[in-house]
Amino acid sequence: MFLLMAFCLLIIGATKEDGYGAYRPKKISFKIPKGWPKPSTDIFAKNKLTEQGFQLGKKLFYDTRLSIDSTVSCASCHQPFAAFSSLDHDVSHGIGNQFTTRNAPSLMNLAWMNSFHWDGAINHLEVQPLAPLTAPNEMAQTLEGILQFLREDEEYRKMFKAAFGDPNASSERMLKAMAQFTGSLVSANSKYDQVMNGKDTFSNFEKKGYIHFKTYCGSCHQEPLFTNNSFRNNGYPLNRRNDLGRMGITRSSTDSLKFKVPTLRNVQLSGPYMHDGSIFSVPQVVDFYINKINRSVPGLDNNLRKPITLNKLQKNELVYFLYTLTDTSFTKSKRFGPDGPLQFKH
Amino acid sequence: MMIKIQKLLTSVAILLLSNVVFAQKNPAYVSIQFKHYANQQPLVLVDSAYTNSTGESFQPTRLKYYISNLELLSNTSKFKQRSSRSIHLIDASNQENIFLEPYNAIYNHISFTIGVDSALNCSGAQSGPLDPVNGMFWTWNTGYIYFKLEGYSAASTNDLQKIEYHIGGYTGAFKANRKVTLTLPEPLLIEAGKSLQIMIHVDLDKFWNSKNNISIAANALIMSPGALAAAAADNLPAMFSIGNIE
Repeated sequence: MFLLMAFCLLIIGATKEDGYGAYRPKKISFKIPKGWPKPSTDIFAKNKLTEQGFQLGKKLFYDTRLSIDSTVSCASCHQPFAAFSSLDHDVSHGIGNQFTTRNAPSLMNLAWMNSFHWDGAINHLEVQPLAPLTAPNEMAQTLEGILQFLREDEEYRKMFKAAFGDPNASSERMLKAMAQFTGSLVSANSKYDQVMNGKDTFSNFEKKGYIHFKTYCGSCHQEPLFTNNSFRNNGYPLNRRNDLGRMGITRSSTDSLKFKVPTLRNVQLSGPYMHDGSIFSVPQVVDFYINKINRSVPGLDNNLRKPITLNKLQKNELVYFLYTLTDTSFTKSKRFGPDGPLQFKH
Repeated sequence: MMIKIQKLLTSVAILLLSNVVFAQKNPAYVSIQFKHYANQQPLVLVDSAYTNSTGESFQPTRLKYYISNLELLSNTSKFKQRSSRSIHLIDASNQENIFLEPYNAIYNHISFTIGVDSALNCSGAQSGPLDPVNGMFWTWNTGYIYFKLEGYSAASTNDLQKIEYHIGGYTGAFKANRKVTLTLPEPLLIEAGKSLQIMIHVDLDKFWNSKNNISIAANALIMSPGALAAAAADNLPAMFSIGNIE
């Protein structure tokens, strides 16, 4: 009987006010931009988007304390002003002055993607953060270490309670909150979008560039997302890290040197380019496709076998069209940006 | 105030007691336990050394695997009785019972999958046995490790002479989950009020050699989905057999 009473007391204790206020999450809706397809992944079906979940995800995204030595956050390599890629870094910089092997991709319109990383190793937005959080040359933490920190930090306890009804962080809640933030990063307000919505017009130069784009680039960098999320061999030679791309995951030789087609949205801000960041400007990338591809190399994507016949002027037209994909309302968004100054130690 | 709390406690206590009484009317339950062996001895992790089929000595430190969709099957009735939590992470260092509450019937087989269904490898962040915090998830190449055997061996040329077999994979030819159906030694009658324990013996010797031979000298590490992991997965079903039923 005494045991039962003690048990009852436990139950009463559990329902008692935990000091973090009532749990009243505010639902927010995910808006699909005009003329866009429905996201291929319904990432917010099981992970209900709430203001509190978004804010928690944002705090986690910008928090360097998630790395083993508190120097690197997600935002260290995914900087908002660089369209959530790394400004000027060819490959990412991890803790302790370490290089990774690849260029940090820009983050936007992730709800329309069903694989992540250059080789598509990650199959769901929610589990993506586990890779950089635990990789020894990135943030080098353990999941247990992160959860312990989050469970002991008063501010996080408050935010986990507000987002999920329980002040204690779990890996599932942490990852879902992160996906609420990253999945909300929609960029759909570039000049290109304004033109498509009839609110602006292309200059003649841009208009011609758009035609070149549709002729030579649009089958892989498909509108309106400017990627078809496929894996392609674009003729870029094997780098000195022997990075075989998709083949490393599928082990299939037909996937040798295939990499995920990156979006071209905000491409002006997301350099350096290619999977290893070895090309530093958009005109140089275009130049690579026009002049530098070995069109007889085995495995080259069929779309690239045919030569691209653009002269110098036309090349510039294409580049200027690509610059219409820049969306500064996205890169300067207060909602997506950090609440305080960004910390960079590398 | 004090009286109020006492009243509340009494009523909750009565509620709980009546639940206990009610529970006794409940149907049969079956508890299933996995017991691990190596070299015909009960498996002792960390402190013991065993020999594999190639004659290589090894010292296992960790043995963990997923058992999912565990069910009792009957030849005569259509009932399939799954365990209430259908995914279980079995850890050889930790005895755990899996409970089933079967319908009244005569059962002939017990079946389960070693590993988890492909769909669960693509479902984002999960909790419980599938929480990545359990160390059974590849962070760099999404997917669950279905079976994990780690330890040391003099035959290993790796740092610290480590051996690590992380078996998983959810696509195409690299799919590493394996279904096991074991026939019970005699038909098992389940009727109201009956409770049974089924021991399942897990023989580590078969891991090294059943369908394929795994030698430590040749492959001391298998740590990603692929042909090697799939070949090792082919050895897993033979490890399982029915032990005592009490």
